[in-house]
Amino acid sequence: MKIVVCAKRVPDSAAKIRPAADGQSIDTQGVENVISPYDEIALEAAVQLKEAGVASQVTVLCLGPKESTKELRKAMAMGADDAVLVLEDRPFRDPTATAEALAAALEGLSPDVVFCGWKAIDDDSSAVAGLLAARLDYAYASFVVKVEGADGGLRVSREVEGCEEIVHVPTPCVLTAQRGLAEPRFASLKGIMQAKRKPLAEQAPAAAENASELVALTPPPARPAGRIVGEGAAAVPELVRILRDDVGVL
Amino acid sequence: MSGNVLVYLETEGEGLRKPAFEGLGAGAALAAALGVELHAVIAAPNASAVAAATRPLGVTVVHVIEHADLATSLAGAHCRAVKTAAAAAGASWMLFPATILGRDLLATVAGAMGAGVAADATAIDVADGGDVQITRPVYAGKALQVLVARRSPFCIGLRPNAFPAMAAGEPGRTETHDLPAAGDAPAARVEEVKAPETREVDLTEAEIIVAGGRGLKAAEHYELVEKLAAALGGVVGASRAVVDAGWRPHSEQVGQTGKTVSPRLYVACGISGAIQHLAGMSSSKCIVAVNKDPEAPIFKVADYGIVGDVFEVLPALIEAVEAAKSA
Ligand SMILES: Cc1cc2nc3c(=O)[nH]c(=O)nc-3n(C[C@H](O)[C@H](O)[C@H](O)COP(=O)(O)OP(=O)(O)OC[C@H]3O[C@@H](n4cnc5c(N)ncnc54)[C@H](O)[C@@H]3O)c2cc1C
Ligand SMILES: Nc1ncnc2c1ncn2[C@@H]1O[C@H](COP(=O)(O)O)[C@@H](O)[C@H]1O
Repeated sequence: MKIVVCAKRVPDSAAKIRPAADGQSIDTQGVENVISPYDEIALEAAVQLKEAGVASQVTVLCLGPKESTKELRKAMAMGADDAVLVLEDRPFRDPTATAEALAAALEGLSPDVVFCGWKAIDDDSSAVAGLLAARLDYAYASFVVKVEGADGGLRVSREVEGCEEIVHVPTPCVLTAQRGLAEPRFASLKGIMQAKRKPLAEQAPAAAENASELVALTPPPARPAGRIVGEGAAAVPELVRILRDDVGVL
Repeated sequence: MSGNVLVYLETEGEGLRKPAFEGLGAGAALAAALGVELHAVIAAPNASAVAAATRPLGVTVVHVIEHADLATSLAGAHCRAVKTAAAAAGASWMLFPATILGRDLLATVAGAMGAGVAADATAIDVADGGDVQITRPVYAGKALQVLVARRSPFCIGLRPNAFPAMAAGEPGRTETHDLPAAGDAPAARVEEVKAPETREVDLTEAEIIVAGGRGLKAAEHYELVEKLAAALGGVVGASRAVVDAGWRPHSEQVGQTGKTVSPRLYVACGISGAIQHLAGMSSSKCIVAVNKDPEAPIFKVADYGIVGDVFEVLPALIEAVEAAKSA
């Protein structure tokens, strides 16, 4: 079984985000980039499937700028066998165009399993994986919190609306990782050394149109300054009055 | 000339989920601004009973698709149902709630129809020239994106609690359709569902959330958070520190790697207000914080703060809220 993990390079979750002058991108100064956290979880789950003998190969696929090489080397240090970087140059690419370019790359890789994060923590769309499944006509299961080998594919648990759903997913399929699925490992020194020699292929993206136009990227409206009602239990009566009269929840 | 607006109405038991009414509210505004019809689709094993029980919805046509295969929360059959309704409705615009199933449908319907996508919108506006502008938070709310849809059809996901729910309107017509058969490609299949005995209100839909952090010191003290939530008629949320410590399940985590919530009231108890936590709750309408550290970053976003010890403030607050409720 061949698994391709789609991993996106995104600003670290602690990064300060400031829209840049072009109105299309963010100011990258001082921003650390990482593999999007859910993609890292998907990668860890894929590597564990390989260690369990369910998968034979784990490839990591990224659509992004040249700098994404760093994240791809890290993914290989965590256990991916090889990497494909689809080189990206436009400042804004929407989920439609992203899925189009990734689908074209995936067709060349012919995976049994495409493992994504449930969302990328930069654009927060949670759309690319479902678009890929529909576009490639693969089986699809999202919000996966457990995965194991099964006859003809995989058996996964999904976290849905407080229930746990156990689902048989035939291959080829697209899965999305939710927290709880796996705890990403730290790359060992040996892993880091080996990753330097693992294959990393670069490709040009297939032509793909955005279905939307980004007309503005702005800071969120500032919250008006709040106030300290008081200290300790003595402040409780005033807070309750506020909740009743001003907020209207009592 | 744009085609019609179709709103996907997610069901729950015999009725519709709350985001369905927000979808109708957003859909009605969009349809009115574009001068087109508002349609809705109900796809469920008991769709006709749900449709009968919930009319009038203020739509021109309710498309009803009833089939046993729609009992699952896997997207496949639902996606075929929505495509069928979209064709019957002449839809250019399709609206979905940003719930688990709604997110999957947004993407799979868009993929299957070659439509554009904008997920998790907090506003939809029609500009003078007729451009449909979608506002959506990105970078966990640290920036806002404004997009113009440039493809037809176009699918928009709606963040719960961001759009006003529609009040009942004119009774619409009902059209029933058959669910088309699945294609040849093998699909995912549910083998078993493990349901909890009582289903809590989903955090993202809750009007009131009381969340606790590491300041509570131990899992057993979470009782204070639960009691305050119960007194206020809300549900319980948690910081990641608390989830990582195993005090609370991940389904209750609020933040960048948890849920994004915008309730009417968010009460943060013993939560420092790390940037990843703020990412998930800073769009709440009203934020109250209780923290013993006056410098805690949570006070920067809080509308009202009490500087104090949770073990002193929460018991007093629970008592006062209970008294106010019974007054
Ligand atoms: C990639 C990534 C993703 C993350 N995602 C999330 C996420 O989704 N959600 C999230 O919440 N965090 C997330 N975090 C973690 C985040 O950075 C913080 O570590 C976390 O939010 C801290 O939780 P806390 O506020 O409960 O604990 P702490 O930061 O330890 O704060 C405890 C607070 O309680 C106060 N306190 C202590 N005792 C008392 C008392 N007796 N009475 C009153 N107040 C008291 C203290 O003054 C302090 O402010 C993420 C981190 C990373 C790196
Ligand atoms: N540029 C990209 N490169 C690789 N994978 C991506 C990219 N964009 C999105 N994905 C995958 O799709 C998932 C969902 O992304 P999104 O729909 O943008 O929230 C991510 O978690 C990744 O697994």
